[in-house]
Amino acid sequence: MFNAITLSQIFVTDQDEALEFYCGKLGFEVKVDQDLGFMRWLTVCVPGEPGREILLEKPGPPAMDEGTASQVRELLAKGATGGWIGLTTDDCRKTYEELLAKGVEFTQEPTERPYGIDCGLRDPFGNAIRINQPVQVD
Amino acid sequence: MSRAVEESNRRMLRARDAMDRAFAQPLDVAALARLVHVSEAHFIRTFRATFGETPHRYLQRRRVERSMFMLRETQQSVTSICFAVGFTSLGTFSRTFREIVGQSPSEYRRGAGGSVAAPTCFAMAWTRPSSFGEARGVAG
Repeated sequence: MFNAITLSQIFVTDQDEALEFYCGKLGFEVKVDQDLGFMRWLTVCVPGEPGREILLEKPGPPAMDEGTASQVRELLAKGATGGWIGLTTDDCRKTYEELLAKGVEFTQEPTERPYGIDCGLRDPFGNAIRINQPVQVD
Repeated sequence: MSRAVEESNRRMLRARDAMDRAFAQPLDVAALARLVHVSEAHFIRTFRATFGETPHRYLQRRRVERSMFMLRETQQSVTSICFAVGFTSLGTFSRTFREIVGQSPSEYRRGAGGSVAAPTCFAMAWTRPSSFGEARGVAG
């Protein structure tokens, strides 16, 4: 029936700052950055994985009335909107050290789990990102 | 007004993340308040308004959650888990655990299932006991 999950969305409150964080720090690539007039369509992807885009959407009018948008921003700021991305890496500890050196704020250090080694970080807006180095299965 | 709430929420989240990161260390309200650039009294009050409980209570639930995790997934003794998650006395740990979970740590360990396949942060968020018992009647 379906082929793949190609596009997901998280809310960000500042798209320039989001670009700086997701591309400048985390190493994502811009897939589309286009002014549609009514909105800035901004998607990013992991290098080499263009089929899976994340839309960095700014909540606001007219899609949302200002009152609703401000509620969304307030919830986002306290980490309660549920925007969440799970990433995989070949080397979780190395990625952790590199990102830490760039000033990324982690919520959890690399931890050994049955499914792999993973750690967690927070984007500047309140979204949670999880980085996992999956257990190698023969 | 809303921007101020947003900014304040973000600060409180940063402080809460810091507690999640270093849950086993002693609660240092002064350091947390400094981290997010507010006074101690303002920090405690605002944290409570933002997340519904004081930083102290949040940290206690975090520690109890981590101890539940360790009881489920490791063979370590109750005493060693008590200190590993940041409690400094076994008596306080046992009392707090029972107050929150409704069972002693050993009872909990006997009844607990195996490990969860979801990322740790989900286990941390969803198995953190929801209250100190006051909501149990409501939840049924």
